[in-house]
Amino acid sequence: MSLTGARLRAAEEIELDALLREYLPILILLGLAVGLGLILMLSAVVIAVRNPDPEKVSAYECGFNAFDDARMKFDVRFYLVSILFIIFDLEVAFLFPWAVAFADISATAFWSMMAFLVVLTVGFAYEWRKGALEWE
Amino acid sequence: MTPADYAFYAFGGVAVAAGLLMTLARNPVHSVLWLILAFFSSAGLFVLLGAEFVAMLLVIVYVGAVAVLFLFVVMMLDVDFAALKGEMARAMPLALLVGTVLLLQLGMAIGVWQTAEGVVMRDAPLPQADNARALGLVLYDRYIYAFQASGLILLVAMIGAIALTLRHRAGVKRQDALAQMWRDPAKAMELKDVKPGQGL
Repeated sequence: MSLTGARLRAAEEIELDALLREYLPILILLGLAVGLGLILMLSAVVIAVRNPDPEKVSAYECGFNAFDDARMKFDVRFYLVSILFIIFDLEVAFLFPWAVAFADISATAFWSMMAFLVVLTVGFAYEWRKGALEWE
Repeated sequence: MTPADYAFYAFGGVAVAAGLLMTLARNPVHSVLWLILAFFSSAGLFVLLGAEFVAMLLVIVYVGAVAVLFLFVVMMLDVDFAALKGEMARAMPLALLVGTVLLLQLGMAIGVWQTAEGVVMRDAPLPQADNARALGLVLYDRYIYAFQASGLILLVAMIGAIALTLRHRAGVKRQDALAQMWRDPAKAMELKDVKPGQGL
């Protein structure tokens, strides 16, 4: 690796360290959360009195026996709503770096985002006209 | 070892363990929960690489949307998983073959990987630009074709989902707010003068 490459590399290392230092409190919080969760669950296993019998561990459904499994046929419309949600979620994810870098982007970048938005608005108009957003 | 190294091994270990448990879990709902843990720890690995934006995207898109969709499917779908498990023995030789071939291909690809001389791996247009900004500076003009293609893919996904799943039911009663507001009292009701002692 050339000398400038190595120097750039070192500068990046320092920068990365500064970035990771910002994340250190989150890491500590994560560690505490995992630790506390484990302590609570393990102490329940170790300390709690357990004396199961078939009646006690059976499913309780408002006093009568369970009718059937939780799995059943249900409306495919729920999937449609979540898939449409994912698509617009991704659209927003694309919008985010564009908005952050807005002051420095070129005209091409601006219009390419406009074209992207137009394409997705066409899709949005289509789903609106088809009535995919209506619940019946 | 620096704290970053410890964090790397913790996240990496959790990711690998969660991936393993995902394939081994008997209950498919537990599999999806392990998958979510694997996504989270990969997000941690991305943060350690300095790719904050990708990490947050992983949490928002994969954990927030995709994994919830998976969970939704396996929790609610009317599929007998015991019967599916029974067929596993039959599909096992083929699965092993495909897995071995994939592993060999990955090994071959990574084995001969080398970086060209003098290339700085993390190539941002502005060295001091932060993550989302650095992405924003190249994504929309240098990689315009890929960007527009992703927009078209989203459009195709949207239209495909609607074409495949949207079925209108006949005879559904809906509230029509405009029709309610335009209702005319003169047409909707009638005043009758009823004489005492007589019916209508």
